[in-house]
Amino acid sequence: MGIKIIKAGLLTTIQDMGRFGYQETGMSVSGVMDTRSASLANILVGNDENEGVLEVTMMGPTIQFTADNIIAVTGGDLSAALDGAPLTTYKAILVKAGQTLSFAAPKTGARAYVAFAGGLDVPVVMGSKSTNLKSKIGGFNGRKLEAGDEIGFAAPKTSLPNLIMRKLPVPDFSAKSHEIRVVLGPQDDCFPQSSIDTFFNNEYTISNEYDRMGCRMQGPVIKHKVGGDIITDGISFGAVQVPSHGNPIVMMADHQTTGGYTKIGNVISVDLPILAQCMPGHKIHFKWISIEAAQYWYCREKKEYKELKEEYNG
Amino acid sequence: MSDVRYLVSGDCAMCVEFGNEIKPEINKKIRAFKIAVEKAGVEGIVETIPTYRSLLVVYKPEVIGFRALAKKFDEIMNDMGNIEIPAPTVIEIPVLYGGEMGPDIEYVASHNGKTVEEVIKIHTSEEYLIYMLGFIAGFPYLGGMSEEIATPRLASPRVKIEGGSVGIAGMQTGIYPVASPGGWQLIGRTPLKMYDADREKPVLLEAGQYIKFVSVTEAEYKEIEKQVENNTYKYVTYAKKEVE
Repeated sequence: MGIKIIKAGLLTTIQDMGRFGYQETGMSVSGVMDTRSASLANILVGNDENEGVLEVTMMGPTIQFTADNIIAVTGGDLSAALDGAPLTTYKAILVKAGQTLSFAAPKTGARAYVAFAGGLDVPVVMGSKSTNLKSKIGGFNGRKLEAGDEIGFAAPKTSLPNLIMRKLPVPDFSAKSHEIRVVLGPQDDCFPQSSIDTFFNNEYTISNEYDRMGCRMQGPVIKHKVGGDIITDGISFGAVQVPSHGNPIVMMADHQTTGGYTKIGNVISVDLPILAQCMPGHKIHFKWISIEAAQYWYCREKKEYKELKEEYNG
Repeated sequence: MSDVRYLVSGDCAMCVEFGNEIKPEINKKIRAFKIAVEKAGVEGIVETIPTYRSLLVVYKPEVIGFRALAKKFDEIMNDMGNIEIPAPTVIEIPVLYGGEMGPDIEYVASHNGKTVEEVIKIHTSEEYLIYMLGFIAGFPYLGGMSEEIATPRLASPRVKIEGGSVGIAGMQTGIYPVASPGGWQLIGRTPLKMYDADREKPVLLEAGQYIKFVSVTEAEYKEIEKQVENNTYKYVTYAKKEVE
């Protein structure tokens, strides 16, 4: 066996890096919100970055282990505890059948990730273990986890090479003000230069309307040349939509595949994890970056993952 | 293809923009380019998503960067004349019109001063272009419905519409792939599954294809439904005849 959900928490789902290859049919990608935390959790326990993990949102679940395995918890500090004692995050830990992983009050960040060595035993639907809540597929029966759910481990491990080395510095998620880098496009030409200046030179506050689909923000109005509607276009993770009201909405993991609002720019991949850990009320300062520089940082992060895997797995 | 633009859509996708209108000619260009890109087998491309105006190309920056991809696409565009683009297919969608399946067909008829039979005749006479799929898995954005049966949406939307329902909303016609709430005027239902997560090809329709609705009787509907359930149904498709 593997895990049994004792208490569900607010929103706990199984996610991997997303369901690619079906967007042309209207199927959303889904996947983890914070790709960095999820990747590191997987790497710590010897998995491929793309393995399915638990994405824990704000108020976390209580989980009982029904088999031994090695796990790692990463992401925001949601007061993770093992049998009631604070659990060291960003570290591979051997857990025994009968032990309990619990979460309590969220301290910093919004989402934590739990990776299990060998992954969870759920079916791969259209190439992914990600839960698509709207289409009700993937993950565990296409839905968020509920008390009583039991999910097996696919290939649990009680030892890993270099287990003691599998530990990373815990990132600080306590900031309430963030710089987020954005590449312009694809509809930046729907905005006058003065509006692009407004977007980059001001602070935007994350509103209460922030979920897995999108992050709505409020701040100085970004005016269009003509209007905020376009003939429907494709949408990328991190797209900054500006509808006619002039406030930005960043499209997150559960975004629709297509939409009819102008997109001034796109948050870069390596900065999306910062946004994924933000809470309503946090301040965002968007900063311009070139596509070349954005792709440099993207490739550098991929290289870091590769080096870390080589260091751990030999 | 001088008016094509390569636009940045984040660091993992490029929006190849062909126009800013809903026009069959634009859709044709997008479809041809998508096929050409697939044939070229460019390394690093994850998937391509056609829309009314563009082809969104998702790619891996660790394999190919934005500039290099744009250069590849220039080459593909220049070579388009040498690539054979097969004619789009027409797929027949059997529909049981009226009755329980299409409770609004009488309203659609009276709104347009027609009989129910005339509404069915008009609705089944066109080949509707699937411009794109979006909104939810399997939802087709169709073009080409006759103004003669255009009908505004319901004043108050239904809480649940069954999957396979065929409806009209303003100048559009469409099919609900799965049960969902909605405000379309329902004129019938197809026994075909537009979306089935367990099927090898989960979504039946493809952008660039055409749909031809075919009126069936209740007995035929039930027979097709059974065949779909048993995986023995033979989909009726044929090449679209080009009208020049």
